[in-house]
Amino acid sequence: MHPALQGLITIIVGVGGCVGYFYFSNQFLDRVLFPARGENAGRNINRANQIRPWLFMFPALFALGLYLAYPVFATFWLSLTDRDAGGAFVGLANYIQMAGEPKFWEAMSNNMLWLVIVPAFSTAFGLLAAQLTDRISWGGIAKSLIFMPMAISFVGAAVIWKLVYDTRPAGQDQIGILNAVWLAFDGGSFSVLFLKIVPLLLIAGFAVLMGLAIYQTLRPVLGREKGHGKSHWWAHVLRGVITIAALWMIWLSLGAIVSLFSATLPYGEPQTWLTIPFWNSIFLMVVLVWIQTGFAMVILSAALRGIPEETIEAAVIDGANPFQIFFKIKVPQIMSTIVVVWTTITIVVLKVFDIVFAMTNGQWETQVLANYMYDKLFRANDWGVGSASAMVIMLLVTPILVWNVYNARKETR
Amino acid sequence: MHATSKKSPLVWVVHISVVALVALWLFPTVGLFVSSFRTADQIANSGWWASLFTQERQAPAIRIEGAEEQVDGEFVIAGNLFEAGNVTISRWGTSSREPEAYEPDQVVDLGDGERLTVAENGAFRLSAPQSFGNSRLPRVFTTATRPPEFTLENYRFVLFDPNNREGMAKAFFNTLTVTIPATIIPIVIAAFAAYALAWMRFPGRSLLIAAVVGLLVVPLQLALIPLLKLHNDIGIGKGYLGVWLAHTGFGLPLAIYLLRNYMVGLPRDIIENARVDGATDFQIFVKIILPLSFPALASFAIFQFLWTWNDLLVALVFLIDSTGETTVMTKQIVELLGTRGGNWEILATSAFVSIAVPLVVFFAMQKYLVRGLLAGSVK
Repeated sequence: MHPALQGLITIIVGVGGCVGYFYFSNQFLDRVLFPARGENAGRNINRANQIRPWLFMFPALFALGLYLAYPVFATFWLSLTDRDAGGAFVGLANYIQMAGEPKFWEAMSNNMLWLVIVPAFSTAFGLLAAQLTDRISWGGIAKSLIFMPMAISFVGAAVIWKLVYDTRPAGQDQIGILNAVWLAFDGGSFSVLFLKIVPLLLIAGFAVLMGLAIYQTLRPVLGREKGHGKSHWWAHVLRGVITIAALWMIWLSLGAIVSLFSATLPYGEPQTWLTIPFWNSIFLMVVLVWIQTGFAMVILSAALRGIPEETIEAAVIDGANPFQIFFKIKVPQIMSTIVVVWTTITIVVLKVFDIVFAMTNGQWETQVLANYMYDKLFRANDWGVGSASAMVIMLLVTPILVWNVYNARKETR
Repeated sequence: MHATSKKSPLVWVVHISVVALVALWLFPTVGLFVSSFRTADQIANSGWWASLFTQERQAPAIRIEGAEEQVDGEFVIAGNLFEAGNVTISRWGTSSREPEAYEPDQVVDLGDGERLTVAENGAFRLSAPQSFGNSRLPRVFTTATRPPEFTLENYRFVLFDPNNREGMAKAFFNTLTVTIPATIIPIVIAAFAAYALAWMRFPGRSLLIAAVVGLLVVPLQLALIPLLKLHNDIGIGKGYLGVWLAHTGFGLPLAIYLLRNYMVGLPRDIIENARVDGATDFQIFVKIILPLSFPALASFAIFQFLWTWNDLLVALVFLIDSTGETTVMTKQIVELLGTRGGNWEILATSAFVSIAVPLVVFFAMQKYLVRGLLAGSVK
């Protein structure tokens, strides 16, 4: 049978089955089980209406339970058992084995880098793009072009960027744009400006930004401001985590500055970008930033437009310049949206698999947790350690999960 | 925005920055797109950005071939070096040591009375007093300017060549077979559940809503092994049914969340009136709620479509078995990256075949996508 025809039939059967369930189960409830006639008509209608919500929700609850809730517990159980021993309980042995593997720690430290760099740059670029495109007449077109990578699969993006990073032997024409640009640098003052001084300023700026973040998170604790006295214990934990992460980033930035200055760059030699440890991870992150910036831009742009005009007008009258308006008036007002964008991208990052799988498959020290897990589950067939690493991903997602549920509860109440 | 900023010189900076930003974001995709219309030789020898302009470069050696004729007591082979027109030769040569030895139209003595001349447009004439027989004919090195040149041959090969076992045609249909039910089924299921969560009263409702919000962020990585095991145990194994169910499960939290948020905002009067008129919940849902919820349904449909079309992991785990009969496009491309890493013409074309459909959907329905994004992430 032709695959298209086969597909069509399966579509009709699948969707028809779904619609049929809802139609016939409702019919059954109203006509057979609790018919709305005879002496018990009133009571029957009430009963039917008590059952109907569950009838409406049953397929959804069933699928959610089976495909998302149950696996959390099943995976947790698998992570405590050994498949080769017939599924015997082995306690934390899998976790201990995993903690002893250098590949795991490589994946962890890479993942931490991804977690900071990708959301930070996506949100920053998105904010920049949103702010800039809102001010010009052809901003709509510019927006949809920046947003476009959202529609491209991670695998497609991997191919697109592999061409950008492609390398030809020295002497041949380069077909990857990055190498072509790289070979245009010859070590003169122009190269020093663009490859030493500009990156230096960028990294320094990033470090300063992190310092600012620490200051902002710790201010309520250090300065004895009123109204912050009764914060929850988990707020302190959160502050601690943010501070540590930011300190770590500053440490990395300082290291990067030192190595940037001590390094003698191999001018004139084409580079195989994806095999240079550390930097290759950055090159992979660029792909995700490229995809996610559009998402951040769309949401932040809507938030920026939602800012009351009066606040901006007041600032203009007070003589604020455009930068002050942006950083002191607009950004604080959309802070909650920035947090939402940041956490959403964080979740995408935690699940990132396709890009690494397609571009380097974790070689040359680019391993990340999701790919490490896939390796363990389907290549090494080690379900115990694979499940343990999946639980690590779950653990990293949990704070966001709790936060989201907390907010949703607050709203519905 | 506000009037004062319009006049400031900053506006020009803004325009230029946006142009730069858009160019930067577009550049990688355009590169792959242009490459998909170039031949393997072209891609391997020059950057795609060079292909947009007339370029002068040294072409690989071409060995002269053709049937000999007898003209005026000489044996002559004549023809043109290039199939395509519009090529202009500036220098040519017959050895790799001196590829630029001669000018166009210069007559060169190759020894044994053989004489060769190559014209500017690539026409050559090789003559000798004796027959060439089976001897090897000379090679010609050329330095020529060529205008931009593109071909659809890659697309024909990737999509329509029956002898191409790595072609995308089958994978395209497989992807479609995965995508369409995996988009429609969760919508149907989620719409009913969302209606119940929005407009029916029953104990535990807010708890269920919170649970859905929680499940929004549960990584699907956790589901791989337990569900594969389950699928194998109940006999589904790896196949379309399994992948549809999986996509349905993974897409449901977002679907319910989006649709419920939208349905809650529908006017209460309409629903109350319909109830008073004796409509059942099923009728209200089908005749009133569903048509009114079209924007939300469209938003989610686009999300789910893009996500299932672009998915690799779920297909790898739940669909593609060892025979590879049910391979999807993303998997096919990853495979090509492994086996044909250097064949950019095939890679680029295959990637574009898979990217084209989401891009069309994206540009056609962007409005709904944006609306869904805003409803899905901003509370």
